[in-house]
Amino acid sequence: MPFESVVELRAALDAGRTCALELAEAALARAEAARGLGAFLRLRPEGARAEAAESDARRARGERLSPLDGVPLAIKDNLIQEGEPCGCASRILEGFVAPYQGTPVARLLAAGAVILGRTNMDEFAMGSSTENSARGPTRNPWDAERVPGGSSGGSAAAVAVGIVPGALGSDTGGSIRQPASLSGVVGLKPTYGRVSRYGLVAFASSLDQVGPLARSALDCALLLEAIAGHDPADSTSLPDPVPRYRDALSGDVRGLRIGLPREFFEERSAADPAVLACVREALGELERAGAELRAVGLPHAQHAIATYYLIATAEASSNLARYDGVRFGRRAAAASLGEMYRRTRSQGFGPEVKRRILLGTYVLSAGYYDAYYRKAMKIRTLLRRDFEAAFADCDVLASPTSPEVAFRIGEKSKDPLRMYLSDIYTVSANLAGVPAISLPCGFAHALPVGLQLLGRPLDEATLLRAADAYQRRTDWHLRRPGAAP
Amino acid sequence: MLPGNPGKQDRGLVWALGAGATFGTMARIERGEVERIADLARLELAPDEAERMTAELEAILAYVESLRAIETDSVEPTYHAIPLATPLRDDRAAAVLSAERVVANAPERDGFAFVVPKVLDEDEA
Repeated sequence: MPFESVVELRAALDAGRTCALELAEAALARAEAARGLGAFLRLRPEGARAEAAESDARRARGERLSPLDGVPLAIKDNLIQEGEPCGCASRILEGFVAPYQGTPVARLLAAGAVILGRTNMDEFAMGSSTENSARGPTRNPWDAERVPGGSSGGSAAAVAVGIVPGALGSDTGGSIRQPASLSGVVGLKPTYGRVSRYGLVAFASSLDQVGPLARSALDCALLLEAIAGHDPADSTSLPDPVPRYRDALSGDVRGLRIGLPREFFEERSAADPAVLACVREALGELERAGAELRAVGLPHAQHAIATYYLIATAEASSNLARYDGVRFGRRAAAASLGEMYRRTRSQGFGPEVKRRILLGTYVLSAGYYDAYYRKAMKIRTLLRRDFEAAFADCDVLASPTSPEVAFRIGEKSKDPLRMYLSDIYTVSANLAGVPAISLPCGFAHALPVGLQLLGRPLDEATLLRAADAYQRRTDWHLRRPGAAP
Repeated sequence: MLPGNPGKQDRGLVWALGAGATFGTMARIERGEVERIADLARLELAPDEAERMTAELEAILAYVESLRAIETDSVEPTYHAIPLATPLRDDRAAAVLSAERVVANAPERDGFAFVVPKVLDEDEA
């Protein structure tokens, strides 16, 4: 049953119209049929069947089941699952098998979900197009000549094409929201610390966050409920209790104050006018539903990309120092330890990862630390203050998710800086730690456009409520790409 | 020269560069500096790779130059967006990965030890 939501699949299971094993088999068959899309790096037919059979057994025993029980889902290749390979779409992790269970996957399994497989991504989540995968790109389901966005492009494409109703991704600078936008699905980056990162391969530790992609706000709410919450194994995870997000989805946005950052909407702003027109129309729909629109300022947002690329590369250069061929992954033959390090890393990392390691090493090196890294951390403070001021008068902020629709494969791969600017609207949320969601709000040039809503820290409920209210009034999220198997 | 000159498609670049920077502002980074950084990061760059990376890093550094114009003398840095205290736990032994699992992914092992090539050579000594 392609394109059925988590909620619909669960209803079909409850009514006895299908069983978890049948759903898993059908999803595996769809994934096989859509191999050309490149959404999955690895399918788990045996594991998925075993998990599905357990779900059916729980149901037969009359156990109390979570909303995800028996539902097939996909996970990004940077989230470990015990006993399964985890490669981050990199050559350097070839052969690595996770020796323990990561918390996001553990929580999905505890909720009864069936893990169908591991999705493609930019190597180590570094990219905005899923072209930086050592295993080849993922294609956009709406136009196979275009990218699905990135870095969680495999997860976005798998959901967009109806293989699974939901997937997990990770978002360091927009890696859930931008592919959600370009592929026409919903993607939520929770508040920094809302979801445990125990078992997420680290990229930039002060920015990384795990979150869901799905086709509806309601399904995102159900996925977030399952994975969110404090984890003693992640010292950055927040202790705050997890609300029942689905209960917040009242359909009512009357009086909701939506701030429009002037910098994101003005004439000389970054976006394609056709994208901005879709976003304005979506905001008009929310206004007709009773929301209030008001202009706000985020004066430091124009510096977010530069700030982000200093911080993210510095942290990445440190986090990726562990890939040295000693304890896991690929090792190049060499006569000495130093030679082994250099050969292993040079052969194992792709060009974008090397570029970022070099930039990060430079930014942190003697004589440059204050000028670059510390300076970026200070501008981050200014940006955080911008958000605090904006949220004093607004409940959420709105912008396009991406300045443009899906671009052509290869169009930006020779120009790293232009690729970085794909994240122009998304990186601010990571720098400030606030939650943000992207939802489909129309089409420009026959390709999906995403509306981004940003919220106060830990106020995912309001984002989901606004997104759900919009989806009750529109049907953009129900459109299906021609490439569906 | 900035790779990919600003054209009609580069609205974002123009916007995000802000007032303080122009395309003419080039950060000075020499190829020798890139090679020194690569050595610190334990990366080997082929000659054409070093050439390309130098040009790309130069363009990226020129772009981030715009940050210099922002007054931050009295601003405290934000190392984590959400304030967090260092969590403590009781000083009790807990279940950890078995030694077998720890070494299971080793490219080369001897019992529970990781085997590596000799540590000192002429380059490293």
